Amino acid sequence: MSALTPPLPGVAEAARLRRTYAARHVASRVGTYTAAILAAFLCAAPFLWSMVTAFKQNRDLYNPANNPLTFSRPATPDHVTYLFTDTSFLTFAWNTLWVGVLVVAITLLLGLPAAYALARLDRPWAGWFGVAIFLVYLVPPSLLFLSLSRIVVAFGLQDSTWSLVLIYPTITIPVSIWLLIGFLKGVPRDIEEQAMVDGHSRLGAFWRAVVPLAFPGVVAVVVFAFTLTASEFIYALSFVSPTADKVISTGVPTELVRGDVFFWQSLQAATVLVAVPIAIVFNLFLDRFIAGFTQGAVKG
Amino acid sequence: MTTATTGQPATVGRPPTTMDNAAPRQRLADRDSALAWIFLMPSVVYIVALVAVPFVLAIGFALSDVTAGDPSFDWVGTRNFRRAFDDPVFWRSLGNTFVFTAVSMVLIVVLGKVLANILMAKVRGKWVIRFLVLLPWTTPVSLSAIAWLWMLDSIFSPIDWLLREMGLLGSPGALFGPNSNMYWLGEPDLAMASVIAVHVWRLTPLAAVIMMAGLVAIPRDLDEAARVDGAGYWRRMFEITVPLVLPLAAVAALFGAIFTFTDMAVVDVLTNGGPNNATQTLTSWAFFRGIDGGDIGQGAAVALFLFPLLLAAAVAILRAVRRMEVR
Repeated sequence: MSALTPPLPGVAEAARLRRTYAARHVASRVGTYTAAILAAFLCAAPFLWSMVTAFKQNRDLYNPANNPLTFSRPATPDHVTYLFTDTSFLTFAWNTLWVGVLVVAITLLLGLPAAYALARLDRPWAGWFGVAIFLVYLVPPSLLFLSLSRIVVAFGLQDSTWSLVLIYPTITIPVSIWLLIGFLKGVPRDIEEQAMVDGHSRLGAFWRAVVPLAFPGVVAVVVFAFTLTASEFIYALSFVSPTADKVISTGVPTELVRGDVFFWQSLQAATVLVAVPIAIVFNLFLDRFIAGFTQGAVKG
Repeated sequence: MTTATTGQPATVGRPPTTMDNAAPRQRLADRDSALAWIFLMPSVVYIVALVAVPFVLAIGFALSDVTAGDPSFDWVGTRNFRRAFDDPVFWRSLGNTFVFTAVSMVLIVVLGKVLANILMAKVRGKWVIRFLVLLPWTTPVSLSAIAWLWMLDSIFSPIDWLLREMGLLGSPGALFGPNSNMYWLGEPDLAMASVIAVHVWRLTPLAAVIMMAGLVAIPRDLDEAARVDGAGYWRRMFEITVPLVLPLAAVAALFGAIFTFTDMAVVDVLTNGGPNNATQTLTSWAFFRGIDGGDIGQGAAVALFLFPLLLAAAVAILRAVRRMEVR
């Protein structure tokens, strides 16, 4: 009998609330997943379609009646192999890689000490100097490339990939200094002071104590600078014309777009092959990168 | 953070600078003022040599009659500017530049905030979602613009195909008209919308990453305290989250504006300024006049025209950010 008696009103109330909260929780989880999947889809859609396009036969691709999202004829790897056998894609990729590595090295070599000077050496002008350096980043390449191409010629670097190694740090150094200031401010002062008490000079404290602690931030800056370098277009277009010296961002469009003829499948394959590795590396360091922005990059 | 540490006894009472200045024998590596200059000098020299000098040269070009065929340098005063002002395409480009920058900036910030919240949510497979979301930003812009050129192709666009399949396009009385294609890059208004959409698509992930930094930095207890005090979602949103994220949202807007304002690869690849200059921007027009047209002086004048605007906008945003931080 007692089992059939209605539960106390308080218990019923609690059960109802629990159900409401559970339902609300489920609804919010469903909403979150829907939003996440939708966002990922919107961002990646062109690449997903690129991957389908890359393996299509011409007769399948150039027929507007066919479903563009699926294969109406068997998939073919021909256009992807064409990219490797008949174009200089690998040369472009290699050029992009070593230019990127050298540019990042120059950027850190010059940028780290400069950022340290502005973040820590307590100069009264450090604040506006930092802003001034950041503003350099605003000078658009479209304004500079005309005169820079004269300078490149003066250095004897025209039509050489080395011209990009020389010029790209002008883009990466200002942003990197700005970001590094944030990371270096995040290193507690105690640590370098302790190092100096232990007998290191200011220089030694910077090199032995501060740089290792700011290392995660440095890695984030490396990735950011590399991304900027890889996607630069105007300088690469105006300084370098021989195929063997081109980088990805200019080489792929010029080799695979001949007049009005677009080698669509190979172009799409190249896009995916370049995009995926860079995105993976960037993703690995995403949390570091985010941390860098919070550690005072905008706090002046 | 730093102010808190200097007050602690662990720092031996006095800051190191006074200690070093008091010491009789100073090594160079210990003198802050000298060291600051030594540390800064390489970067400053690099930037002066390869940004300031070419910048001054560009101003020189803008005031001269240099062309690709005749590289001799003759002073012509403001003639290049006056010629630009007389050209209706210049005003069209200027207007387009503002429309592109303003519209995409607003969209980038709003969508970036939404995307940042999505990326912060606790979901399974977060890594995959972050990876897919970052793709637009990490892909070299010339390649992603080509991917979009194919998406918006006048005959083979899959968007058109989907619309046709859904009956929204290509039949009499359909929502988007009876033609079988939209001609995304052929109609002036659609072309502008397409260019803006590609800019927004490309830059929203970067804005989201910058704003995630702001969201991560919000102390959780602040939000929870407000929740305990009975503040609802919108109240917490507008009185806690938004004010705290605002400085980084401004920085995201600044980056979005710079990349939209100065980047011409998207316009160049998608529409080449067309149809009939409908999507021409100052940057792309400067490129066409200066390089394709060979009129270097004119190109430099047009490119130079946008720099003061960019500088003013950047200084205004950075000042606003600093004021927000001080408060």
